[in-house]
Amino acid sequence: MSESVQVTNNLTNPEASSQRTLYPYVTGTSVVAIKYKDGILMAADMGGSYGSTLRYKSVERMKSVGKHSVLGASGEISDFQEILRYLDELILHDNMWDDGNSLGPKEVHNYLTRLMYNRRNKFNPLWNSLVLGGVKNGQKYLGSVSMIGVHFEDNHVATGFGNHLARPILRDEWKEDLSFEEGVKLLEKCMRVLLYRDRSAVNKLQIAKLTEEGMTISQPYSLKTFWGYGAFQNPTVGAEGSW
Amino acid sequence: MENMDLNAPHSMGTTIIGVTYDGGVVLGADSRTSTGMYVANRASDKITQLTDNVYICRSGSAADSQIVSDYVRYFLHQHTIQLGQPATVKVAANLVRLLSYNNKNMLQTGIIVGGWDKYEGGKIYGVPLGGTIIEQPFAIGGSGSSYLYGFFDQAWKEGMSKDEAEQLVVKAVSLAIARDGASGGVVRTVIINSDGVTRNFYPGDTLPLWHEELEPQNSLLDILNAPAPEPMNI
Repeated sequence: MSESVQVTNNLTNPEASSQRTLYPYVTGTSVVAIKYKDGILMAADMGGSYGSTLRYKSVERMKSVGKHSVLGASGEISDFQEILRYLDELILHDNMWDDGNSLGPKEVHNYLTRLMYNRRNKFNPLWNSLVLGGVKNGQKYLGSVSMIGVHFEDNHVATGFGNHLARPILRDEWKEDLSFEEGVKLLEKCMRVLLYRDRSAVNKLQIAKLTEEGMTISQPYSLKTFWGYGAFQNPTVGAEGSW
Repeated sequence: MENMDLNAPHSMGTTIIGVTYDGGVVLGADSRTSTGMYVANRASDKITQLTDNVYICRSGSAADSQIVSDYVRYFLHQHTIQLGQPATVKVAANLVRLLSYNNKNMLQTGIIVGGWDKYEGGKIYGVPLGGTIIEQPFAIGGSGSSYLYGFFDQAWKEGMSKDEAEQLVVKAVSLAIARDGASGGVVRTVIINSDGVTRNFYPGDTLPLWHEELEPQNSLLDILNAPAPEPMNI
């Protein structure tokens, strides 16, 4: 009996030799950011989920980039760590020019857009949704880039669930020249809703403040939640067996 | 592997743990290697040496984790020669990350890197599937770790002594073995600190019994022939 040999090549199995990221492993959930009077406020929780398990609870998903920007990421954490390395190199080369100029948030946003889009074209995306915010020479900038290279700029941006839950709140309640206190309260309102309604949210978050002076990131903290509705105590009164 | 549910991470046969304590680290693992339902090796050593002061716990594909550890050992050896002093745990962990990340499509291994160096003391780094690197006070991995998240949430505390840390690790691996079919055999630990490295071995009969587990006997005959119990004084 002769053995039949399976021949696989790019025609019989088009995906055989191409490398592609098929699925993420350790992921972060929403990032929410707004422009306010002095610059940018960005919030993200510190969760790294592994499928449905809330595996890591102290992951910093926002990092400063150069002097003028802050990057927040959701999606695959290893890809975010790699993006930070790319940005380190970018900022290093920018500094090595030693010409008094430095990359502003708009430039970094553009770099990230190209990075994400070119990977998407090779069918090997960096599995992240990014939020890039910054202030340079008094100009505030806030943009986002998705894993397929969709990018835009706005007064408030969010990733993932934040788009569905936080943006509507921000569309109603955001206004020009919010004070720091108003901005933080607004972000916390968004983060609390996400905590209630996003399964991959964890109750430990940080808020990053970015102004002309630079970036500060808060210590990790938790939000109080409210469960004192009468209907929560007795949800099935009048409809026994329901939920 | 195709059409994988995004919410179902790959389960890996093994329980591995790394814990920092005041002065160093304790690494722990079970000893079961399975191929399908068959236990290929019931006394494997999943805690592998990279340098004098850095060890790793391997989980997932045995082949993948072995080849990664071989490459990292090789790179670290060269790095040590160039540097002129022992490599740091952080460098070792980042080398593991590099290989795991850049070959993420092909590799299926989760690794815990633990060791001691003179700059940072005892450190534990987790490098799960995908190649994320994350420094942690303690790390758990492998399929058996699913049963230990709640345990560590309750039992872990900062600033344990060496013995407390080792006891915690042995208890945890033993609990995971009790419930995870892919974990079993003996519990191995490796303690790394400024004094050096200590390897310990805990066979099943030295471990505590958990729920619904019975004291092991040589034979039924011993039970049957046991002397009659003393009558109670009521």
